[in-house]
Amino acid sequence: MRGAKSAKWVAGAIVVALAATACGGKDKAEEGEGKAKAGGAVSVGISEPKRLIPQTTTESEGSQVLDALFRPLVSYDAKNQPVEDAAESVTTTDNLTWTIKIKPGQKFHDGTPVTAKSYVQGWNWGAYGPNAADGNYFFATIDGYDALNPADPDGEEGPKKAPEPTAKELSGLKVVDETTFTVKLAKPFADYKTVLGYTVFYPLPDAAIANIKAYEQAPIGQGAFKIEGKWDHNKSIKVVKNPDYTGTNKPLVDSVTYKIYQKQETMYKDVVAGALDVIPQVPSSELANAPKQFGERFKSSPASTFQFVSFPTYDKKYSKPEVRKAISMAIDREEITKVILNDSQSPARSFVSPVVGGYRDNTCGDSCKFDPAAAKALLAKAGGIEGNKINIGYNGDGGHKEWVDATCNQVKKNLGVECVGQAVPQFAELLTQVEQKKFSGMFRMGWIMDYPSMENYLGPLFTTGGSSNYYGYSNKKFDKLVEDGRAAKTSAEAIKLWQQAEDVLVQDMPVIPLRFGKNVFAHSKNVSNVEMDLFNRVDVTKISKA
Amino acid sequence: MGRFVIRRILQMVPVFIGTTLIVYFLVTQMGGDPIQNLYGEKPVPDNIRATLTAQYHLDEPFFVRYWYYFSGLLQGDFGESIAQGRPISELLVEAWPETLKVAGVAFVFELVIGVVAGVLAGMRRGSFIDNLVLVSTLTVIAIPIFVLGNVGQTFLGQEWGLFPVAGTDDGFISYMLPGMVLGSVSLAYIARLARASVAENLRADYIRTAKAKGLPKSRVIGIHVLRNSLIPVVTYLGADLGTLMGGAIVTEGIFNIPGVGFQLFSSLNVEDGPAVVGFVSLLVLVYLITALVVDMLYAVLDPRIRYE
Repeated sequence: MRGAKSAKWVAGAIVVALAATACGGKDKAEEGEGKAKAGGAVSVGISEPKRLIPQTTTESEGSQVLDALFRPLVSYDAKNQPVEDAAESVTTTDNLTWTIKIKPGQKFHDGTPVTAKSYVQGWNWGAYGPNAADGNYFFATIDGYDALNPADPDGEEGPKKAPEPTAKELSGLKVVDETTFTVKLAKPFADYKTVLGYTVFYPLPDAAIANIKAYEQAPIGQGAFKIEGKWDHNKSIKVVKNPDYTGTNKPLVDSVTYKIYQKQETMYKDVVAGALDVIPQVPSSELANAPKQFGERFKSSPASTFQFVSFPTYDKKYSKPEVRKAISMAIDREEITKVILNDSQSPARSFVSPVVGGYRDNTCGDSCKFDPAAAKALLAKAGGIEGNKINIGYNGDGGHKEWVDATCNQVKKNLGVECVGQAVPQFAELLTQVEQKKFSGMFRMGWIMDYPSMENYLGPLFTTGGSSNYYGYSNKKFDKLVEDGRAAKTSAEAIKLWQQAEDVLVQDMPVIPLRFGKNVFAHSKNVSNVEMDLFNRVDVTKISKA
Repeated sequence: MGRFVIRRILQMVPVFIGTTLIVYFLVTQMGGDPIQNLYGEKPVPDNIRATLTAQYHLDEPFFVRYWYYFSGLLQGDFGESIAQGRPISELLVEAWPETLKVAGVAFVFELVIGVVAGVLAGMRRGSFIDNLVLVSTLTVIAIPIFVLGNVGQTFLGQEWGLFPVAGTDDGFISYMLPGMVLGSVSLAYIARLARASVAENLRADYIRTAKAKGLPKSRVIGIHVLRNSLIPVVTYLGADLGTLMGGAIVTEGIFNIPGVGFQLFSSLNVEDGPAVVGFVSLLVLVYLITALVVDMLYAVLDPRIRYE
């Protein structure tokens, strides 16, 4: 499943990031045609969104639609820094209490004004445990979250049910006046402004609070487009230009129809036939054909995905960092991205994606350099691998077989160690086995960021008890550096600490970085100025008829 | 006849309960984690897991969960889909018409073309047309349906533009190609069944009698031969109607039709038990009802068949 979220990206960012990843290739972020036409209707292919309430939308399909319907508090500039969008200002003196002032005169699509209360009620709805919003945990940084989400007294497995929440509203949120509200966090967080671009921080109008089920079928936002009709499940969602929109990024086209597909292969055929304008993800089976079929209209741009293989800490076999480094050095990342993946991803040698501020190229150093001789020597020095056999687990439903098998073949050839790819039907099942320490072996994982910050990679993936730290990596020094970074006074200071934290990872090698993702997309002859952001979303305010 | 129908309808009740029980059991015992499936590759926050577990009774013993489901069903409530968070009745109302349209096209296609081809071939055994029918049906039967679908879609849709590539935007014509693909394999079987049975009946004594009486050829073929030859065909068609609806999984996927097949497939993938059972239960009903209709048609086609 493709994941995560947020914010609007500017063309410049793609150019900068492209240079950084050196994966330019066919992409021409700025088409330079300069004659983008206004008006007309375009269509974009998506899968059926899971949900369409901002606070409960954390996957890319739903957030693509909501991106058209809503205007975020902050969007991101060319350097990945948050800039005010719907917000007039976001200020703080201590990184603990944040004052958010919204631009006056904004209206929801139903004509009601957007006020500080719209934000506070939306966030409270998302944070309230029994609403089971997917984005619930994003509000955990706000003061008073625990009262809305009481812990199950005897754990999830125990017979007792979690108690009823004692509050319905976050004590950290306060409406000051019509257009101002304050957010008090539980702990200081230097990069909090960056987080505010995420989908779950969109406001909710009164109509949503009155009847959330009805609202979800026709969401009301305050963005550049408004929904026409209703969410036609499994078929389409149509949005039209919002005449009352006051933002600067006014859309060129009159309407966008999100056509819903079950299979990317079908979507691809429809784009070839001209019945659909944009396919945001060219299916892997067509990657070899697409350049011929689309020529200039086949493009790629950076995305935030990070693919890696992790070592289970409960398995003694992999406990020596030398063993882990040796395996990493036996993998030829270039060959796999080129031959198996048709350059749809790029090789990774760092633990955070190039799309976030603070990224440094090749932090992994020699440990990620393809060097079979050195790898063999290192493994011999470490005393070899128990049983001279390793296995890499993957979910069979995600198209990972080819590259896992190729990686295994390389390990076999270059290290002389037996290697087997081990498919588990679904990712959920793999995670369950890992969590119960029943899975013996390495396993693949992927991460898509929620907001552009190093912290969003380091925190969830590598801190002790991190939400996606399934392999149980734990290093006190690392935890402290990440924590100190969060509490730092400025973003620049935070980045310095996080970079030190990343250096700790290089020594421990809890995972092997393999690849960074790209958006690999194509469009029909009917449209131009097609750009995609780091969150796998087509920028519908820029797109125009050809 | 009336008693026969009532008895059959009463028999449906335990069959229906049994099927839902078995399907519900199988889906809940798949050993996966429907809540983790909701979150894909992201972790599920503990408090959300607790809320959803309670909401869908996921921590209750199997029979308790089934009772919740079945008692809801008795009140006409299919429950709520775990994956989509919407009432299953809503999903059913959206999906069934789509599948019925595809299956309808397929059914008419296979019935008309299949019977005509089969009867023609059966009447002129050994002729060119007979060989043509035999070879072409064999070819169709040998090709897997997803190959037929993809080839049809690529050439008839994408390359030549005769049909829409996918989707349901163009009304009736959208359902033509998927329907024909879906019905093609059954069409081949029907043609072969009809051919064999027509060929056999042509040699029967009562046909010789009819001919000897000097009945016009159209009446001999149209009434005497056809009527008796259609019994195996009708049996097959009846069972096939259910298969068409369930078998639409592949075709609906290829042609992007949001019908039963698609819903079943995606619900199974995420172990959305209540949704799977909802769709399967209705499929079971379709089978039961068509089986009943087929049995009643026997009597119409062959008066020697009586029901007590």
